[in-house]
Amino acid sequence: MSLTAQEFAYISGLVRRDSAIVLDTGKEYLVEARLLPLARQSGLPSVSEFVSRAQQRPEPDLHRKIVDALTTNETSWFRDGEPFAALATTIVPDLMARRTGARNLRIWSAACSSGQEPYTISMVLGDIVPAAWNYEIVATDISTEMLTRAEAGCYSQLEVNRGLPANMLVRHFERDGANWRVSPALRKPITFKRMNLAAPLPVLPQFDVIFLRNVLIYFDVETKRSVLQRVSSLLRPDGWLFLGAAETTLGIDDRFERVPAGRTSAYRLRDGKNTAPTGAQEKG
Amino acid sequence: MHAMVIDDSRAMRLILKRIAGQLGFEVSEAANGKEALDLLAAADNPPELALVDWNMPEMNGLEFVTAVRADPRYRGITLMMVTTEGEQSQIVRALAAGAHEYVIKPFTPDAIVEKLALLGLVPNGAVA
Repeated sequence: MSLTAQEFAYISGLVRRDSAIVLDTGKEYLVEARLLPLARQSGLPSVSEFVSRAQQRPEPDLHRKIVDALTTNETSWFRDGEPFAALATTIVPDLMARRTGARNLRIWSAACSSGQEPYTISMVLGDIVPAAWNYEIVATDISTEMLTRAEAGCYSQLEVNRGLPANMLVRHFERDGANWRVSPALRKPITFKRMNLAAPLPVLPQFDVIFLRNVLIYFDVETKRSVLQRVSSLLRPDGWLFLGAAETTLGIDDRFERVPAGRTSAYRLRDGKNTAPTGAQEKG
Repeated sequence: MHAMVIDDSRAMRLILKRIAGQLGFEVSEAANGKEALDLLAAADNPPELALVDWNMPEMNGLEFVTAVRADPRYRGITLMMVTTEGEQSQIVRALAAGAHEYVIKPFTPDAIVEKLALLGLVPNGAVA
């Protein structure tokens, strides 16, 4: 059942009141697509019935979920803040002290989505890595659509509002009509590749830092274990692994230990050894 | 913590008041830069945060930011522009005048929260 004009007006009014975002007529498809998961979670067969219920029983929590669903699909820049501060203040200095011969750093953004994470890493490294050094950022995602978006480096006004410091916006982006496009310099060190972390990974040179954030939360324990095993095979023995704030290796892969990194924590291989975990051999 | 919302749109003031209020700020409001300066002059303690629109009658947001930055009594106020003005050159002007951050309308509540987290005024992961 499609949304009625009255139901659409109710939702657009709610979103406008709470976020100042205007959903014009014609965006009914967007409302239906974004609210369908909420309708299903509520045990209702259609968005129309879900909206009717929200109108009859206006609960603040439900209203917030509706507004979030319609406004927060964008991931943010400098997401969670501290890992990027730790990268700048602790990890890159540590690695530069260890890599004086090669003068090369390799970073992997392992589920890069629409690209905010690898571009944020590029902003951080661009500010602190000396010109005599080289750095590479490999950005991967399972979704071809997301990779295309990430590679294009073109973001809406709503997207650049999300966590991107204004001075970084003016330094690293150019206006492109209604959107903002990343500068060639920011884009240059990044290579985008499609990669499914739940399948055997291609052979790649190992990385000094891996960002694997907010990925494991979607998997069961066995899959988490096999993903961690695959990903860690691409981590240099003295490298650093970042997980999401709600994620851990504890009870999943005991080769890792949690260590302080700036004002947050990261994971490193115990004793700097990268060996296959007991009882969790890759089956391919 | 005290925040001042400065915008000539009553609807926008309500939205920003709600967001700041949910983050634990006590919120006062002004409809233009001059009114905001008058409120500051009358206040015992200046606010920690001002959310400032650009286009307003009497005194616009850029003039307000410039006036606040020129007054040592208001050194502790973090100034964040929240405006429809979205040209790169305007952002540069506002930052040069002393604005600490800049949000372009329209925005999501998360955008305000994340910028305030960048400024150290709310913790990372705060929700409005």
